[in-house]
Amino acid sequence: MTGRRAHGRGHPGRAAALFEFALALGDDALVLGQRLSEWCGNAPFLEEDLALANVALDCIGRANLFYRYAAELDGEGRNADQLAFLRGSREYRNLLICELPIGDFAFTMARQAMVDTFNLPYLKRLARSTDPRIAAIAAKAAKESRYHLQRSREWVLRLAGGTGESRAKIQSAFDALWGYCPEMFEMTSGETALLKSGVSVDRAAMKADWERAMKAVLAEAALEAPEGKWTISGGRNGLHTEHHGYLLAEMQSVQRAWPGLEW
Amino acid sequence: MTEYRLSGAELEAAFQTRVDDERRIEPKDWMPDAYRKNLVRQISQHAHSEIIGMQPEGNWITRAPTLKRKMILLAKVQDEGGHGLYLYSAAETLGASREDMIEALHQGRAKYASIFNYPTLTWADIGMIGWLVDGAAIVNQISLQRTSYGPYSRAMIRICKEESFHQRQGFEILMALAAGSEAQKAMAQDALNRWWWPTLMMFGPHDSESAHSAQSMQWKIKRKSNDELRQDFVDQTVPQADFLGLKIPDPELRWNEDRGHYDFGEIDWDEFWTVVSGNGLCNRERLARHRKAHQDGKWVREAMRAYEEKRRARAA
Repeated sequence: MTGRRAHGRGHPGRAAALFEFALALGDDALVLGQRLSEWCGNAPFLEEDLALANVALDCIGRANLFYRYAAELDGEGRNADQLAFLRGSREYRNLLICELPIGDFAFTMARQAMVDTFNLPYLKRLARSTDPRIAAIAAKAAKESRYHLQRSREWVLRLAGGTGESRAKIQSAFDALWGYCPEMFEMTSGETALLKSGVSVDRAAMKADWERAMKAVLAEAALEAPEGKWTISGGRNGLHTEHHGYLLAEMQSVQRAWPGLEW
Repeated sequence: MTEYRLSGAELEAAFQTRVDDERRIEPKDWMPDAYRKNLVRQISQHAHSEIIGMQPEGNWITRAPTLKRKMILLAKVQDEGGHGLYLYSAAETLGASREDMIEALHQGRAKYASIFNYPTLTWADIGMIGWLVDGAAIVNQISLQRTSYGPYSRAMIRICKEESFHQRQGFEILMALAAGSEAQKAMAQDALNRWWWPTLMMFGPHDSESAHSAQSMQWKIKRKSNDELRQDFVDQTVPQADFLGLKIPDPELRWNEDRGHYDFGEIDWDEFWTVVSGNGLCNRERLARHRKAHQDGKWVREAMRAYEEKRRARAA
């Protein structure tokens, strides 16, 4: 999305970078929230329907806040809903790990454990952003992620320590997801530019801590740490999995069928 | 169990006096077996309705047209699940287990509200469920806040508060459509045409045909008859439809000055019994979906139990 005209505070290049930054964080949250919401009514038991809906709601709420901020910075004057519902897959910036289909309950909880283990320290750092809006959203989100991580971590331990079947499922979920994690630590050029002024957070610098934390959970669960020899990324450049187009087609269907109306 | 020194007839008379005096029956109180059975039937049916009701509304969570609507709908469906939980808990105070109640649902021995066997075809249907279906549920449930069984009464008080909020949200969806484009207005009218009669059916058969009504009224499990509740609902809803500029699909609907109520046409009872007996548009799908989620989640529930047992064994 280079070359976008952006207005807003200060330097025009900075506003464009800030727009992209807020947009990508919004995309991560919305796409993951959309996936989690698919569990509502399909969870293994009722309490878990409610808990997964809670996490989904936190994600979508977070997306809404990031998009509202992005909308204020948008050179094209779009509002939050237009950003969410009228961009195509190539314009979406979310991490690939967020868009993968929900799979079984083990897959969903393994993904959540990996993302939450990243999100909590990331958001705590982002809460100290020099941009007060970003900092405020991150501070609120960090509180939610603390609870998300507590939950997903407990589920990893439960499934690993439950039955042979649950143990096999959670292990294969981690194996299937591992290569999507390095993307969480990739810096876009905009993020790197915003780092100097203390707006963004150095993701790359968080990788070692994340790996240590993940390996500690896996060790506690007596699961094997997957081999880190493969990496799939591209979401930040709008290069998504084949699943992404279907997710958007479903999510955007009403807005696309009747554009420009109030709902 | 407590040992009672009174005879069955004396106990039953004392029980009825307590009910007549508007004192609540609590889980440890003596109650006739039929009262207990009737309540388990009604409360579990109510719980199942909340749970199955998550499906038609959940059908639009991933497609809600704005972020705000998506959040409201997700929170709403979550509330319905929460209502299911309180109600299962209320039924558990009578000795029923959740697992048994779910099994009864899956085997078709326990019913749920037939309204949820109708499909949600457009976004306007989400507005209609909030406005009409939750509206009808509230009319029914307001009277149940004074139901004789304490835990049920308390659950209904809590549920009613949330349902009123849901009804306003549904109405607000329809206000947006009514103020929108011709296509949106047509979408709202089409949804009303499809949901009006099924909503009136929610109050059940005419009083003269209702199997459980007389006994339930005497025990104050039920406080108002099906036909009275249906009339209350029609009376409160017609002006709201006028406000929205929508036309209720009943040529016989008109204000009756003498009665001080709206007159309305006869329900298609063939359709009612078709859906109740399992042959509505979505009966099979709703149950199949619930069975599948339950079946797919079996390994998770087993894992959870196994983990807890191991933990307890380690702690011992």
